Amino acid sequence: MTTTATLDTHAHARPRGIRRWLTTTNHKDIGTLYLCFSFAMFLFAGSLAMLIRAELFQPGLQFFQPNVFNQLTTMHGLIMIFGAIMPAFVGFANWQIPLMIGAPDMAFPRLNNWSFWLLPMAFLLLIGSLFAPGGAVAGGWTMYPPLYIQGGPGYDMNIFAIHIMGISSIIGSINIITTVFNMRAPGMTLMKMPMFVWTWLITAFLLVAVMPVLASTVTMLLTDRHFGTHFFDAAGGGDPVMFQHLFWFFGHPEVYIMILPAFGILSTIIPTFSRKPLFAYHSMVYATIAIAVLAFTVWAHHMFTVGMPIAGQLFFMYATMLIAVPTGVKVFSWIATMWRGSITFETPMLFSVAVVCLFTIGGLSGLVLAVVPVDIQLQDTYYVVAHFHYVLFSGAAMSIMAGAYYWLPKWTGHMYDEKLGQWHFWLTTIAFNVTFFPMHFTGLAGMPRRIPDYALQFADFNMISSIGSFVLGASQILFLYIVIKCIRGGAPAGARPWEGAETLEWSLPSPLPYHTFEVPPVIK
Amino acid sequence: MVALLTIVSGFLLVLQHISVGPYLMLVGALILLVMLIGWFGSVIRESVAGNFNSQVDVSYRWGMSWFIFSEVMFFAALFGALFYARHFAVPWLGETPLLWPGYNAIWPTAGPGLHEQFTPAAAWGIPSINTLILLSSGVTVTWAHWGLKRSNRLQLKIGLVFTILLGVIFLILQAHEYLTNDFSLNTGIYGATFYLLTGFHGVHVTLGAIMLSVILGRVLAGHFTENSHFAFEAVSWYWHFVDVVWLLLFVFVYWL
Repeated sequence: MTTTATLDTHAHARPRGIRRWLTTTNHKDIGTLYLCFSFAMFLFAGSLAMLIRAELFQPGLQFFQPNVFNQLTTMHGLIMIFGAIMPAFVGFANWQIPLMIGAPDMAFPRLNNWSFWLLPMAFLLLIGSLFAPGGAVAGGWTMYPPLYIQGGPGYDMNIFAIHIMGISSIIGSINIITTVFNMRAPGMTLMKMPMFVWTWLITAFLLVAVMPVLASTVTMLLTDRHFGTHFFDAAGGGDPVMFQHLFWFFGHPEVYIMILPAFGILSTIIPTFSRKPLFAYHSMVYATIAIAVLAFTVWAHHMFTVGMPIAGQLFFMYATMLIAVPTGVKVFSWIATMWRGSITFETPMLFSVAVVCLFTIGGLSGLVLAVVPVDIQLQDTYYVVAHFHYVLFSGAAMSIMAGAYYWLPKWTGHMYDEKLGQWHFWLTTIAFNVTFFPMHFTGLAGMPRRIPDYALQFADFNMISSIGSFVLGASQILFLYIVIKCIRGGAPAGARPWEGAETLEWSLPSPLPYHTFEVPPVIK
Repeated sequence: MVALLTIVSGFLLVLQHISVGPYLMLVGALILLVMLIGWFGSVIRESVAGNFNSQVDVSYRWGMSWFIFSEVMFFAALFGALFYARHFAVPWLGETPLLWPGYNAIWPTAGPGLHEQFTPAAAWGIPSINTLILLSSGVTVTWAHWGLKRSNRLQLKIGLVFTILLGVIFLILQAHEYLTNDFSLNTGIYGATFYLLTGFHGVHVTLGAIMLSVILGRVLAGHFTENSHFAFEAVSWYWHFVDVVWLLLFVFVYWL
């Protein structure tokens, strides 16, 4: 086995210090690297959001010129998506998938190292573009031409950053798919795999399918910018709308890439703290597959206002509404899992229950936006901002927090501080709602997004949002403190700190030894 | 990753017309090359030393298949751009007489705003010969594989040499076609889709030919047995993938 071949040499002479982290091929080390990187990017992009909310605290221009403000919103989006949420889930995948399927490591440990270390390079370029002449990309994370064609060198840095992180994602996903298909312990059939592994398998498939499309598309942007092609220029027979079709063919599955692993984490935590097996496991698997298939048929619902034939609008509207069905299956399954369970509310469970409630709000506002005539009113208003923060912050990011509290005892061998964890939960949940719930109202009243100034009628709600966001930002410093405290010490966790936890990793001691499952476990 | 960063930074400087750009790219490419040789070198050494069992072999098969799938999606996006332009963007431009009156929206076109006359690439000249060449190279690589499986090393070597030669001839003919075309990358949507599709395909043929040459070198060094030769199979899968892309190119870019 490659893994044992490399692992054996490591067991004899494992480099210490920085060389350990640069050259590691151990899935646990790489998982830690991904998670630390993602936490750093989360705090960085979060502080950009604080700057945005500071500017929007009052009407009028206080701190930033519109161009700088737009750079802030664009970089906040790009870094949160590609730097915080995606790498965090890959970190969980690296730690948990081999443990949950009883494998000694990932299928391609060396590729694994490469796919992580590409990421800091990509973000060196992306964050560096803030300091390029003309500044970073300011047209939103969606990079629409023709505006994008006119930007300065920062825009090229953005394209190359996307190429590099695309390579990283594709390699990482191939690694995950191969690991799941080929490294399972004997007896671990596909339909016995934990839901987290299933959701990641499907996420990895989505990534391999759509990241190359994004790479192609930004390559066309690059040639349009520098080599005189006319892909997105009507004078040459091209079409800027074509960019939007190509981009959203990537962009919509990307949304599910960011939420499916979160569903996996919820489907792991909720049964544990309800002390009941996951309700309707088979339906959950099929629902996940259905979401992934439908993901490829709904992209143009992001483009209802740019113009397309009425048949197209109807198709994309109905297809989008159809996605609510498998998503509903999931929500009902989580509720049915909790039904008559003997539930306790430790921090991971608190986060999970909050995600089920808040994500459902985000899902329902998505259903509202799917209706063409409504969407035409709400396009590019704060209603959309509220919608995708309910699915991405209280869906994806809070699931990541739930997962972190759930598995930190296993990874570090110490319990986190339960009291502080609950403080972090309540601060985050309340501040999140204070920040984003008013945006539904400002959006419905017509406040446009991505603009640093606004009409006086929106002043009160914006001030509430800003205050909420500062509390939300500050409470993540508390999260950082809790994580560091947990790594440095705390009550010993024992092999199975959660009495309802059934998956394989809890059969191992905490903290985990450097090498696990060198002899595959026997699955009943 | 340092190598890629260097390449990309060099390319950035090239785009800004700064003179050290190309050298930086070259340095980056060299670092990448050294890294790849080192990496594949140690994998080959481990393989020859017999460290790999059947599970690793299956992992490589899954990995290579999904890598080819990601390449398929890369080309799918480019083909998608071609179809969208031909079937939606260009006809719609013809239906908006207010903007460009008198525009004759018929493919191939350089678009309404460029006023460029050109002769589109014809299917039945060099491209049809190239189709035959690539299809026969697919046959020769399979013939080489049969040779390998039956331990007929001579058949293996001849098959590989012919495959590489056919690949090189394909590239020479393609270059000749590029030089004689009277349209360029800047000839509107036709030129853009033509050169990006055929150009990326050409890059893949080049890569495939280099990979086949490495395989030939390993065959001459006595590597591979009739049962264990995944590197050969991976490269031949890649070669067949490049073949199929060319067939689609021939039909949709040149012929129809």
